Amino acid sequence: MSELELRQTTVEASASHAVIRRRGRMPRAGTLVSGAFVLFLVAATVAPALIATQDPNQIAPGDAFSAPSTAHWFGTDESGRDIYSRVVAGTGTSLLIGVTATAIGLALGLVLGVLASFGGRIADFGVSRLVEVLFAFPGLLLALLVIVVYGPGPVTATIAVGLSTAPGYARIIRGQLVSIRSSQYVEAARVLGRTPGRILGRHVLPNALIPLFVLATLGIGQAIVWASALSYLGLGAQPPAAEWGAMLAAGRTYLATAWWMTVFPGLMIVGTTIATTVLGRAMTRRGRSGR
Amino acid sequence: MTPGSPADPPSRVDGAILRRTGLLVAGAVFVLWAVASLTFFAIRLIPGDPAQAILGGPGSQASQEALDQVRRDYGLDQPLLVQYLAMLGRLITGDLGTSYALKVPVAELLGAQLGATLLLATLALALAWLLALGLAIWSTGRGRVASALGEGIEITAAALPHFWLAAVLIAVFSTALGWLPPVATGTPSGLVLPVVTLAVPLAGFLAQVMRESLLDTMQQPFVVSARARGESALGVRLRHTIRHAALPAISLSGWALGWLLSGAVVVETIFAMPGLGRTLLQAVTLRDIPVVTGVVLLVALVYVLMTVLTDVVSRVADPRLRQEGAR
Repeated sequence: MSELELRQTTVEASASHAVIRRRGRMPRAGTLVSGAFVLFLVAATVAPALIATQDPNQIAPGDAFSAPSTAHWFGTDESGRDIYSRVVAGTGTSLLIGVTATAIGLALGLVLGVLASFGGRIADFGVSRLVEVLFAFPGLLLALLVIVVYGPGPVTATIAVGLSTAPGYARIIRGQLVSIRSSQYVEAARVLGRTPGRILGRHVLPNALIPLFVLATLGIGQAIVWASALSYLGLGAQPPAAEWGAMLAAGRTYLATAWWMTVFPGLMIVGTTIATTVLGRAMTRRGRSGR
Repeated sequence: MTPGSPADPPSRVDGAILRRTGLLVAGAVFVLWAVASLTFFAIRLIPGDPAQAILGGPGSQASQEALDQVRRDYGLDQPLLVQYLAMLGRLITGDLGTSYALKVPVAELLGAQLGATLLLATLALALAWLLALGLAIWSTGRGRVASALGEGIEITAAALPHFWLAAVLIAVFSTALGWLPPVATGTPSGLVLPVVTLAVPLAGFLAQVMRESLLDTMQQPFVVSARARGESALGVRLRHTIRHAALPAISLSGWALGWLLSGAVVVETIFAMPGLGRTLLQAVTLRDIPVVTGVVLLVALVYVLMTVLTDVVSRVADPRLRQEGAR
């Protein structure tokens, strides 16, 4: 099991509820709120200047440590910088790290998954054992090992998180590919004499695309949490950067006096994780109910 | 799958269990060997001279004689294969090498820290189980509102990063209310916040799995017949379905413990607690390679043992698995 597989779990309501939900085509309220939150994040990434109320690096020593107010929605930090604007400015960096790490994990997982499901029995055995071994480095452990080898920093942290999520992806993708491989249309293609490479490229991967997208959506939350944990520990992005984990690390010293420096950047991480989980599950449910 | 006949002679079942246990142990040994090898060769990728690192990094301007001496002492002048075999040989005897930074045997260093971290992780695992079972039993089969609420709580709990939850708990319960100490003091009250920090996100994950299997179970005929016999709704939950709800969570406990040990890195750092996690973080920062390797191996060992243990416990809790295993 991996964290990712758990995030994927969607609890199906009992049969009668499923009927009601299918009849009403309305998405759930949670899905709508999550969608809106993700739109906000995208807007904050694309045009932070439009959403921020102030310059995120504007120092105003006289305003240092102001509590949240109408002027500073999320308060200010030790240099009087506006936390809300910094959180908005940090969205791009944090999402970039999360998305890149997810892409690395997904790409590695896809390579391993294809190898395991289409490379014959020996490859399947080898990949499955490798994944088992990698699972014995739980959570951040593999990432910490990568950081020991390549030194701390945002780029290493991103790669480290990507690598440590790869085994989880590999196992899920292998399962999905095996079930596609044994489907009738793939069998039909094989009977028609198509080459394995062509079957993979024309039939299997296109059908795996949407599940992969769902998987990536679910994985981004996890990647952002892990990457910001590394930043928080001083091994990823460093404090002057407006990255969420680094902002939290900067707020740690002032927790007793300025709780808002910690609470709001963290809320963004939590909100992003919840929103991507809810959306990913909504897509999983849709896929499962055959639509 | 042919269901095993209940009239199987006990000796055959025992044989199957023995064979399975043997396979599990062989698998565990393989995983440990692979983890040790992977770590050994990954560490060799580190640019720079290990002898320099032992003498305090490139800034220390160690003399050539000192470097040569360290290379001889640590066997770094030997070919890689010899070093690798020597490392495996030492591991079998439980020798994890000597810390570069602290100059003490790693096994001793970690032995002193292991207890604290295992205590923290075990308490967190127990609390997470309680919270998850409570939430799952409360929110299942009570209509859409309870089910949506349960799902909402689970997703939120599972989304909470340890470092943030810890900070919020400290801000509320230490700074604002003054009920609990913000750093671990070695007393039971100092353990409360770290344990809660680790347990809440884990409970979110466990509750999802428990609720899913509870829902499946509630639709089974034996639940209907228990209700027909006049058992109360709660009675059915507590007496009949709880076992089924627990099964997937038991098999997750190996993963959960590994996850908690990884979480201990953050939690022990924030609460300034002694333990494996904080030792690991310090070693990563100082690039104290023997200590990093030691912690990684120790965690892998705990994870592997836990995997074997959960397999056995699952079989005790679920007779169906025992018969399946006899296939």
